[in-house]
Amino acid sequence: MVEQAAHLLVHGEIWTLKDLFVLPNEYVYWSIQIVLYPYMTGLVAGAFVLSSLYHVFGVEKLKEIARFALVFSFALLPVAMLPLMLHLQQPFRGIHVMMTPHFTSAISAFGIVFMTYAVIVASEIWFVYRKFIVESIERLENKQRTGLEGLLLLIYKVISLGVRDISPEALQADHKATKILAGIGIPVACFLHGYAGFIFGSVKANALWMTPLMPVIFIMSAVVSGIALCIVCYAIFMWLRRWALPRGKNFFLPDQLAGTMQLTTDDLREMQEHETTMTAKYLRIFMILAITLELLDIIFRGYTAVKSWDILRQVIYEHDFYKIFVLQYGIGNVLPFLMLILPGLTTRRACVASVLVLFGVLMMRWNVVIGGQAFSLTFDGFMEYSLPIIPHSWETFKEGLGGVLLVFAAPFVIFYFLNMIFPAFYNDDEAH
Amino acid sequence: MKNHVWRPLYVVIGLVAFILIFRMFYVPSDFGVQDRGYTFGYHRLSNEQEWKDYPAKYKGSAYCAECHEENSESIAQSGHAIIPCEDCHTAAFNHPDDPEKLTIDRSRGLCLRCHSELYMPSSQRNDLPGIDPQTHNAGIECAECHNPHNPSLEDM
Amino acid sequence: MKRRDFLKSTAVFVSGAAVSMSALEMLDPKEVLAQNPELRWGFLVDTHKCVGCGMCVKACKTENDIPFDANVTRTWVERYVMTREGETFKDSPAGARNGFTSKLIDQNESGMKNVPDKDITQAFFVPKLCNHCELAACVQVCPVGATYGTKDGVVLVDRKWCIGCGYCIMGCPYGVRFFHPVVHTADKCTLCYHRISKGGNTACAQACPFGARKVGNLRDPNDPISKVIMSQRVGVLRPEYGTKPQCYYIGLNEEVH
Repeated sequence: MVEQAAHLLVHGEIWTLKDLFVLPNEYVYWSIQIVLYPYMTGLVAGAFVLSSLYHVFGVEKLKEIARFALVFSFALLPVAMLPLMLHLQQPFRGIHVMMTPHFTSAISAFGIVFMTYAVIVASEIWFVYRKFIVESIERLENKQRTGLEGLLLLIYKVISLGVRDISPEALQADHKATKILAGIGIPVACFLHGYAGFIFGSVKANALWMTPLMPVIFIMSAVVSGIALCIVCYAIFMWLRRWALPRGKNFFLPDQLAGTMQLTTDDLREMQEHETTMTAKYLRIFMILAITLELLDIIFRGYTAVKSWDILRQVIYEHDFYKIFVLQYGIGNVLPFLMLILPGLTTRRACVASVLVLFGVLMMRWNVVIGGQAFSLTFDGFMEYSLPIIPHSWETFKEGLGGVLLVFAAPFVIFYFLNMIFPAFYNDDEAH
Repeated sequence: MKNHVWRPLYVVIGLVAFILIFRMFYVPSDFGVQDRGYTFGYHRLSNEQEWKDYPAKYKGSAYCAECHEENSESIAQSGHAIIPCEDCHTAAFNHPDDPEKLTIDRSRGLCLRCHSELYMPSSQRNDLPGIDPQTHNAGIECAECHNPHNPSLEDM
Repeated sequence: MKRRDFLKSTAVFVSGAAVSMSALEMLDPKEVLAQNPELRWGFLVDTHKCVGCGMCVKACKTENDIPFDANVTRTWVERYVMTREGETFKDSPAGARNGFTSKLIDQNESGMKNVPDKDITQAFFVPKLCNHCELAACVQVCPVGATYGTKDGVVLVDRKWCIGCGYCIMGCPYGVRFFHPVVHTADKCTLCYHRISKGGNTACAQACPFGARKVGNLRDPNDPISKVIMSQRVGVLRPEYGTKPQCYYIGLNEEVH
């Protein structure tokens, strides 16, 4: 390929390899950030559904992980938007989606659904943590404050929204509100992710994407990946706490709470073991649903074999065989499923299986987004996406490995700060 | 239910109100549903005029003929009569003011666009005189032998 | 179905036009058309006439400031070569901005394909451009109303409002859209809206020496392209997508889509 001046380089050209006949304007326009977008959105939705299993359906066994999942879901929320912003050619105009929404487009719902969802999660956190917020204000007000504590007090005062009432009736009302919000949250979370699937499923120009199953498949895999991420992160954070406790440290809990929760390392291990293995049960159920739907999609396409099947078959069984059947289904679905159904599940095994599941769902997103652009609109040629590893420019950074790492790191950074305000492992023994 | 539970809702209402007010100032007044309805005609109306005002670069052969009468007449007699002036003489822009002189494309590549011989049995390309660029006086500009305004060597 | 719709709207127009045309005789007919409310721009491509010189591509790039060397283009020309074995080879090197000067068929990663003349049963060129669909899929999917159809049937992009999400590029079944390498918004053929709305011709049609490309008013029964569409066998690309393309082709066959 001839070296070109940077300003003549077309978006997508640098990472697209064309084979046989591909139209001149066809490139892999939707690259890694669009792979990450439904992935991150799925994690948000999945984490929230997990927390709702406890709040709405009263699955007591999930009590510990539910609170963590809720806070983590909130930390993931801004990160679901990040890939979109990194992907836009005009990121500063992103606000137009809210200003002049064109509702015949699936993307236009993003602004509204996303905001609705953010508001629901934020409100739910407010109700769950209201008692803690008020107690913290009182505690901080009655002591000598450092600069940081002063800031914390200010934050608590603002987010308390001026409410200091923690009478039993008030807390009862909080409890009720939490339950209602979690109940509303489930369909909204499903909608948030279902519509991400609709974005792809409704593109009639794309033979691989266009299927009404797409939103349902996306919801199922979202729940799978969200639960898996919660299992992994919860287990890791608990390991850290178990490591820290005998050393007199209190990871992930504000110091003032250290004394209030009398926990031994054995308690922590028991808690960790219990929560991860219980959650893994739900993971299995949703995995079965997700895999069933995905297989149904492939079988149906092969059986009906419409015009586009010829090229899809080549993409699925030849070009992307390794990515689909080895990485996605083999390592990402079958192997972890076997690990989860074998008797005597340990935290460690549940954790490894969950990591594989997370990888499998990421590969599923990859195979949908990149796979959908792996063939020409004319069905006469193929395009291959090569992920830019070393960034040469802002574009190859954000649409390459750099952008992936940025998006993956962001939720943990946000969680670190969010956890200072809303301790995710705080347990006040209130029945929520 | 205790009245404090509505506080988050007030915040949300405030947020929505802010967005709606901001929208009033941010969105151009001519943005809206135009002739083609919401699905196909939702846009900023003045953009249509912006596209209409886009500067044209090609002026057409009639424009060239206004001054370059002789050249227009000479090519009109030849097989190249169908070729618009600007295909070879490049777009006029605001010639003769800007640019004062047009850069004529005399390259071999230009001639080969039509006259490189290809076997195209269901296309008009087959009817055009064609040469093999590898063997037909390679490296020499076509215009050294063929006058573009009267290309047939027999007529010269 | 298309043909019937077309004839129906045309019939309505004819009755009205017969009266009004006489009153406007003094004016330039093209100017009349430009102001005519009964105006629906359409395009006609005659694939028999196209010789693959690519002058249309060059003219389009110059006229509309699409950098010549950038590997995107608002219009392009495809070559189809069919063999006795029943194979079809297609290519469009760099969108044919330099025309077709070699017998070798560009298969991208698979290299250059040489098909001996004696094996060729038929071979022809097909110019492509935006179809300015009546029910444009790209417009339907724009989340912000930055792309739209005008009253006279042209699909445009608002460069000041486009957020560059690429959904329209994905939504177009014809691959006519791309990101402009300088403006960084979605870009596509405007049917030279600045030229046709002033009574002119599109840059591509004007540059074509062979008359393979023509723009016209589909609502005017006396328009040269309307006459052809009504009286000859014409087709559109990929009608199965239900977008109602308004770019008609003479000499399409199964391999072209």
